[in-house]
Amino acid sequence: MNVDFYERIWMWIATGIVLLFMAFVGVSTFAQGIRPPSHVETIDPAKVFQDPRFSRIATPTELPDGTIEVQVAAIMFAFVPNEIRVPPGRRIRFRMTSADVTHGFMIAGSNANTMIVPGYISQFTTVFEQPGDYLLVCHEFCGNGHHAMHGRVIVDPGAVVAKAAAAPHQGAH
Amino acid sequence: MATTTVTTGRGSGGRVAPASGVRRLALAHFGVAIGAFGIASAMAMMQALSRANLDLPFRGPSLYYMSVTAHGTLMALVFTTFFIMGFGYVVAERALERALPYRRLAWLSFWIAVAGTAATVVAILAFKATVLYTFYPPLKAHPAFYIGLTLVVIGSWGWCAVMLLALRSWQKENAGLAIPLSMYGFAATVIVWLLATIGVAAEMLLLLIPWSLGYTSTIDPELARMLFWWFGHPLVYFWLLPAYVIWYTVLPRAAGGYLFSDPLGRLVFALFILLSTPVGFHHQFMDPGIASGWKMLHTFNTLWILYPSLVTAFTVIASLELAGRARGGQGLLGWIPRLPWGDPLVSSVILSMLLFALGGWGGAINASFGMNALVHNTSWIPGHFHTTVGSASALTFMGATYWLLPRLLGKRLELAPMAAVQPYIWFAGMLLFSIPTHITGVMGMPRRVFDASYGNHPTALSWTTLTNVSAIGGLLLFASALFYLLVVVFTVFSSRAEAEGIDFAEPLESPGPRSLVFDRLGLLTIVAIVLIVIAYGPPLWNHLQMTRFGSPGFSPF
Repeated sequence: MNVDFYERIWMWIATGIVLLFMAFVGVSTFAQGIRPPSHVETIDPAKVFQDPRFSRIATPTELPDGTIEVQVAAIMFAFVPNEIRVPPGRRIRFRMTSADVTHGFMIAGSNANTMIVPGYISQFTTVFEQPGDYLLVCHEFCGNGHHAMHGRVIVDPGAVVAKAAAAPHQGAH
Repeated sequence: MATTTVTTGRGSGGRVAPASGVRRLALAHFGVAIGAFGIASAMAMMQALSRANLDLPFRGPSLYYMSVTAHGTLMALVFTTFFIMGFGYVVAERALERALPYRRLAWLSFWIAVAGTAATVVAILAFKATVLYTFYPPLKAHPAFYIGLTLVVIGSWGWCAVMLLALRSWQKENAGLAIPLSMYGFAATVIVWLLATIGVAAEMLLLLIPWSLGYTSTIDPELARMLFWWFGHPLVYFWLLPAYVIWYTVLPRAAGGYLFSDPLGRLVFALFILLSTPVGFHHQFMDPGIASGWKMLHTFNTLWILYPSLVTAFTVIASLELAGRARGGQGLLGWIPRLPWGDPLVSSVILSMLLFALGGWGGAINASFGMNALVHNTSWIPGHFHTTVGSASALTFMGATYWLLPRLLGKRLELAPMAAVQPYIWFAGMLLFSIPTHITGVMGMPRRVFDASYGNHPTALSWTTLTNVSAIGGLLLFASALFYLLVVVFTVFSSRAEAEGIDFAEPLESPGPRSLVFDRLGLLTIVAIVLIVIAYGPPLWNHLQMTRFGSPGFSPF
């Protein structure tokens, strides 16, 4: 195949661009541990509020390793709870599921972002460095009340955190 | 490129009027496509005004979400598919220079797809299918919505069969010759579409249709999402490859030059056959239920897909440079002003390429394993795909309409000054619409919301200036769409005149004999299937082994 000299150079540059992008993804994944939420755990969506894995929806709970677990149920058209108070500078593990349709969970303007798919438990861990009042929105169309589905994450040094009395449930890993 | 010699003049080509059979077939397809485009444009303008929070009397969430569903379905699935099928038939007849065979099958496929479109549109407009064009269960639409879309896909399979049969009978008579590049691009389009639609056909036939008819009581939403995105990403190459056919094989001639490199065009289309499908998980980075290793594999496949588009950028711009120099352009950049900027095909393609450059880099961000979390399901995403499918494909198709419609009708383009400015209005409108939409996405504004005021939270208030700018962009886009529709309608109803022939650009160097790699489409398809099996086989198998709980349906609209 006869390829023009300048085009040949450009094809090498294009290869370099793709490899550079791969290197960025590789470094952020393996060196910095930045990964999308990819937790694999299932749950019966008809029994979310009876499931022991969602028995601490009311209050964030400190696990023995110091991580604070926040449980959230998504329903049409609200987050339960729709106001979440957590302390700054701590590892916060969000565990979420839906009791009806597919929802989304996003703290606006941050990379705290996950889908909430009924039948599955979404989980990610993050740290809020700055105290503040953050807007929490549903970002997947869930019906005619979709735009009404929002809440707040308030990062407050005085946030009340319960201690896990017993061993943490099996689901957290 | 200084070494390239530009010769003037070119072969007269066969100035043969298209046979009447394919002419009517193509015009029927364009009629449906452009009708769908018109309705969808009106829906879009309503959404733009709603985004600006104008207090219109009919404004309400029910209408808004229905119109988002109608806009997405009509633009992304109906306008594109019908336009591509109609254009494909023209290419199959003109590039292969033989009458299109199996025309009855082609008409049957057309009517199946039309019946499916009608069922889908009625279900949407009756407020029975407000599930958006991604139709994620357990949102549940009326069965007519799912059955209608399935009929559109079945009709498109008939189109695929006609295209492949036309190619095969040409190959029998022309053993040893390379497939003409425009037809080669369409063969790639057909193969990508056939591989892609396996996913959505499985989703429709195994999951959604039985569930919506009540034969099954529950559905696995995550399995449905995996099958949808098996289809959903190669769908974008189904939109893009016919646009590339226009960039490679129509634009250079319209601009007054030659295609810079024919074999690299083939390389690009061949790479899309291989890489289009094993990438779908990059739409599902934020999904639970899929382990991160598989998402990572799909990320690397996705990043390679940038490569054929980067090669395309060079080849197409080099072809434009040949044209500009043939028109007397001198010096490093002197060829640019010499291009026929008033020709609506040429300006449409160049402007759509500029917008696509923006969209392509945004796409690389979407595809990045970590960065995606900042933009997933924010308004960044509609900002992104309006610069890709809404520009690279839609604006190119509009330009191609100006080129093709008079030639098919045997007429002259009417309202030519309107056609000449229309691409520039689209370009300006798209910049005003999509740049603010990208920015508000990074600022955290979700996509697809009727009202983004969120109890007047300060974060939500910070988006309003930008959403107003994007609404102005939406109005310009609507004005541009109206110009396009007016030109089409006036041209259709004008009196007959002498039209030019449908001829494709000639390459600088002839493509030569049949290539051992590129022209072996069967081999490329087998490699593509192996890549799909690697990318989707194990995760789907693992998924089906899990204890899963189904969801009943919900119709909160």
